[in-house]
Amino acid sequence: MAAGDSTVLHLSSQTTGLTARVHPLVIFNVCDSYVRRPDQAVRVIGTLLGSVLADGTVEIRNCYAVPHNESSGQIALDVEYHHNMLLSHQKVNPKEVIVGWYSTCFGVTSGSVLFHEFYSREVSNPVHLTVDTGFSNGQASIKAYVAINLSLGDRQLAAQFQEIPLDLRMVEAERVGFDILKKQSVDKLPSDLEGMEASMERLLALIDDVYKYVDDVVEGRAPTNNNIGRFIADAVASIPKMTPSAFDKLVNDGIQDQLLLLYLSSITRTQLSLAEKLNTAAQIL
Amino acid sequence: MANQTTAAAAVARSFLQAASSEDVVPPLRVVQIEGLAILKIIKHCKDLSPSLVTGQLLGLDVGSVLEVTNCFPFPMREEDDEVEAEGANYQLEMMRCLREVNVDNNTVGWYQSTLFGSYQTVELIETFMNYQENIRRCVCIIYDPSRSNQGVLALKALKLSDSFMDLHRNNTFTGEKLREKNLSWVDIFEEIPIKVSNSSLISAFMTDLEADLPVTQCDFDRLQFSSSPFVERNMEFLIECMDDMSAEQQKFQFYYRNLSRQQAQQQAWIQKRRAENMARKAAGEEPLPEEDPLNPIFKPIPEPSRLDSFLITNQIANYCNQVNGVAGQNFNRLYLMKALQDD
Repeated sequence: MAAGDSTVLHLSSQTTGLTARVHPLVIFNVCDSYVRRPDQAVRVIGTLLGSVLADGTVEIRNCYAVPHNESSGQIALDVEYHHNMLLSHQKVNPKEVIVGWYSTCFGVTSGSVLFHEFYSREVSNPVHLTVDTGFSNGQASIKAYVAINLSLGDRQLAAQFQEIPLDLRMVEAERVGFDILKKQSVDKLPSDLEGMEASMERLLALIDDVYKYVDDVVEGRAPTNNNIGRFIADAVASIPKMTPSAFDKLVNDGIQDQLLLLYLSSITRTQLSLAEKLNTAAQIL
Repeated sequence: MANQTTAAAAVARSFLQAASSEDVVPPLRVVQIEGLAILKIIKHCKDLSPSLVTGQLLGLDVGSVLEVTNCFPFPMREEDDEVEAEGANYQLEMMRCLREVNVDNNTVGWYQSTLFGSYQTVELIETFMNYQENIRRCVCIIYDPSRSNQGVLALKALKLSDSFMDLHRNNTFTGEKLREKNLSWVDIFEEIPIKVSNSSLISAFMTDLEADLPVTQCDFDRLQFSSSPFVERNMEFLIECMDDMSAEQQKFQFYYRNLSRQQAQQQAWIQKRRAENMARKAAGEEPLPEEDPLNPIFKPIPEPSRLDSFLITNQIANYCNQVNGVAGQNFNRLYLMKALQDD
């Protein structure tokens, strides 16, 4: 390819190497603002807040909707609102900066280019997130794009929206409640013991699966796979080998520690009820 | 005709009845939170932990259900006088902006994060009273990020009980009043069950997006064995609280001792007066009054407020509950380990 040849369309073919990570809060927020949009609006536009990590990954942590107007070819965005919300959010968490913008429609439309230009004035290389609330493909699709400039020689022709890999990431505490958040309505929050029960059930299911797989392989029903075999062997071998007496002692010590804790807390509670009776029931006069 | 008029009269009466019974508020039974609000609360408390943060809850008050549909965090406040106005401005600004995107603009309470469950303080009660003056029903949501590391979603909705609020308004916490109302330390806060609701769009999205993993990271966290740092901190707090509690009890003992000493003094003085009066009567003079309000031994000693001890008691109970919960979990883990080893 001749360099500097003005008749060849110069596409920057290198991938940007950018990936985006989205916290589920952002998706919840987007869906919520879509549900609450004013009646005449077809889609919702908003700003994405987050941070850019050292390796170039864009982490999208928060977002807010911005009122906009899209009527008969005219596009208007409420810039003042956008700035006000940005300032308010930064008062709470000054580390979150604008990293892009979102819109709730499938794919990139012509109007989006103008919005994208506006956001690229705020931050270099903004990420454009589309959340398909219409489920046009029959499934939920969330895509992230960055704009690459197409240039013909020295002139800027257009901006190509190139998709970048997106990763839906969750923090621990959110994972804990994730089952709750998935359903439409849950009647009560699970207590800690119920959570333990669920975890152990899942572990049991996993162990059963592994058992069945090993049985299948031994009987020849499933193809052997050395890697999986090695993994299973490693997992089983990672149970520490101890003499049964030493292990029993360990477990008993643990149990006794826990019993001690329970005893202490029960004694404290008894003491509390006694003290309360004495305090309020005592009457000298 | 008569039927119609009586029917109309009946309708009119029932309307009047409805209008007059509007003041009766159905008791709050359940708090319904949207997943969005929960996620926001978790994120905010976790980002800024270990410092304690607060925020405002927005939603609707419908019958016996308090719906929380959105929330926004408050910025960290340094102890500065001029920041007070800024804080109020921030709140107004946020409410206005949220109103523009059709979010419910109605404050229904506030949330705060806590460390190891140590949230029962006098400030909490005061904030409650402040809120209660403006809003008919408000709730406080407490989130504990340290407990969530143990694999539990530690979210609680609290409300002050009505009897306690009445007492607080009169600002009397003496033993008599409390016995009258039969109020003990469990009655200060009422915990309200939480229900989670999500719009269908979100549930559709989440079910679609979430890879169907048989085991999630939170299971790994739950089955992990090292809960000792958490238990240690909990016990430390518990011990501190017990110290506070014993200080309070000493205060009471001191008060009672003073009271009984004062009574003894009063008796002695009255005896002396009576003796004097006998002598005077014998001498034919006017008897002196039996009471002397100017004498300092008749001054009533103020009884110390029991509010602090109640709060401390509540706190201790909370810690005990937490320790119980963790101990229960640890038992499970220990038995699990034992079973694995036997295989």
